[in-house]
Amino acid sequence: MTRYLAGRLLLTLPTLLLATALVFFMVRLVPGDPAQVLLGDVDNPAALAHIRATLGLDQPVWLQYARWLGRVLSGDLGISIVQQRPVAALLWSAFGVTASLVIPAVLVAVLIAIPAGSLAAWKHHRPTDTAIMAFATLFLSIPSFWLGLLFLLVFGIELDLFPVVGYVCPCSDWRAGLRYLVLPVFSLALIETGVLVRMVRASTLEVLSLEYVTHARAKGLSEWIVMWRHVVRNAMAPTWALIGLTLGALLGGAVVTETVFTLPGLGRLMVESIFARDYPVVQGCMLLITVTYVAVNLLIELTYPLFDPGVRLER
Amino acid sequence: MSDESAREPTRIARPGPGAIIGLILVAAVLLAALTGSIYTPFDPIGIDADNRLAAPSLHHWLGTDEWGRDITSRLLAGATVSVNIGLLTSLFATTAGTLIGAAAGFIGGWLDRIVIAVMDALLAFPSLIMALGIVAVTNGGQMAVVGALSFAYVPSVVRVVRASVLTLRRKDFVDASTVMGNSRAFTLGRHILPNTVGMVIVLATSLFGWALLAESALSFLGLGVPPPAPSWGGMLADSRNYFEDAPWLALAPGLAIAATLLGINLVGDALRDRFDPRTRYL
Repeated sequence: MTRYLAGRLLLTLPTLLLATALVFFMVRLVPGDPAQVLLGDVDNPAALAHIRATLGLDQPVWLQYARWLGRVLSGDLGISIVQQRPVAALLWSAFGVTASLVIPAVLVAVLIAIPAGSLAAWKHHRPTDTAIMAFATLFLSIPSFWLGLLFLLVFGIELDLFPVVGYVCPCSDWRAGLRYLVLPVFSLALIETGVLVRMVRASTLEVLSLEYVTHARAKGLSEWIVMWRHVVRNAMAPTWALIGLTLGALLGGAVVTETVFTLPGLGRLMVESIFARDYPVVQGCMLLITVTYVAVNLLIELTYPLFDPGVRLER
Repeated sequence: MSDESAREPTRIARPGPGAIIGLILVAAVLLAALTGSIYTPFDPIGIDADNRLAAPSLHHWLGTDEWGRDITSRLLAGATVSVNIGLLTSLFATTAGTLIGAAAGFIGGWLDRIVIAVMDALLAFPSLIMALGIVAVTNGGQMAVVGALSFAYVPSVVRVVRASVLTLRRKDFVDASTVMGNSRAFTLGRHILPNTVGMVIVLATSLFGWALLAESALSFLGLGVPPPAPSWGGMLADSRNYFEDAPWLALAPGLAIAATLLGINLVGDALRDRFDPRTRYL
């Protein structure tokens, strides 16, 4: 078990190093002097010289990367060109908003998908199954930003049940905060539910076809006990793994959802910074989104043995 | 390998209702894209100040937008743009991914390790975030979108192709080809790659859908197809300002994207049933 944990952790390191290197070099692809790119469109020789010294542009590229990584690890992500504030502070407040959108969305998606997917598998090839699959495929095909717009149109404007624009942190006023989050969370969650339902159904069908299920039924166990004790639990392992990947899709989807509902999250910060050519912030957003994605997937993998004791890290 | 194919009789693929609906939808979109490239009832970017935000009528079937531009014409021209970007992205990503994945899986050794490490690092970015990052450092435009999305999707193709080449490499018919004295390149080209074609087709179909959706999302954010060129995502973004006066503006482009994706997903499912027995339950 310890070996599994240590092995997984070690395997993540090269991925993180390469991914951060990519973020580092991306800014270098912008035509022009990297120091000027990071300073923005201002004529300030002193500040330019300062940035140039921090970047160490006269040194070999790998050393520049190492120095940058050192600064990132100590929490220094540079200064936003537009807002003239430390990037880390901007990221921190935006991250809270995105988390309050994405985490409930994953929960909603999982809470709908596991029962629906298991039910569809249990009723394989019967009308219930067909109906659930049809809905799943339909939702899979609706772009989250369109669903968001429709929600705004119907529940926000026509029925006037939820606010249309803005964000209140649930941490300061949870009642109001919740009202602002209901529509974005559901428009993000329903799309991902489509993918998850199909996966849960597939892995459940896989388990249902195994011989020990036939054996359990032959023993005379009730269908409920067979499903709960032998099927659903064993079908959980692949679903659990998928939740990590879903999160990646949701972090990407959050970009558009945050734009539709004007939530001040990471994705919106990234898009606005791209428009403003605020490269230190763009870099910071990409870095944070990637590290979060890798970290969550690592966490999922580390807890994987809890669901599937058969998993051991192979050499 | 023989025992598995012997156990289950080959299912004769008769397309189900889903596949037929999917084919009809995809055919309709391709037809719309083709039509949009040669004929639209009105100029898709022609401004008509007297007809701003006109409701759907016999003259303008789906109404007009805030510049008086005909929505039907913009939908058709937008189909051309979206389908072009989707097809090109799918083509580029599949080709590059298949070449890299096949080389890594077949040659193995250090090349394989490097490819895997790089692909894992690229997969650490959600694909839309990766595409956004690339668009951020380029000047934008349709080809930038195609490039960014192709790059974002290559790792998924590499992973799938590499895995299947690794499996195929151990098959008896590959050993037989080697024993017959065929070169490694010949074995790869004649015996291994043809066996991945089915799966690559399945993958290319999904990629077409993913790319079309991602392009709409990018255009919705204002970072995809640059205006005034029509794009479904951009039309949706514009519709937000006229929600209360002209709600139909938000319906047509969204419906177009959703119908296209539904068609691609249904066709993809049918192809997967046919070509990829591993995922028969999906």
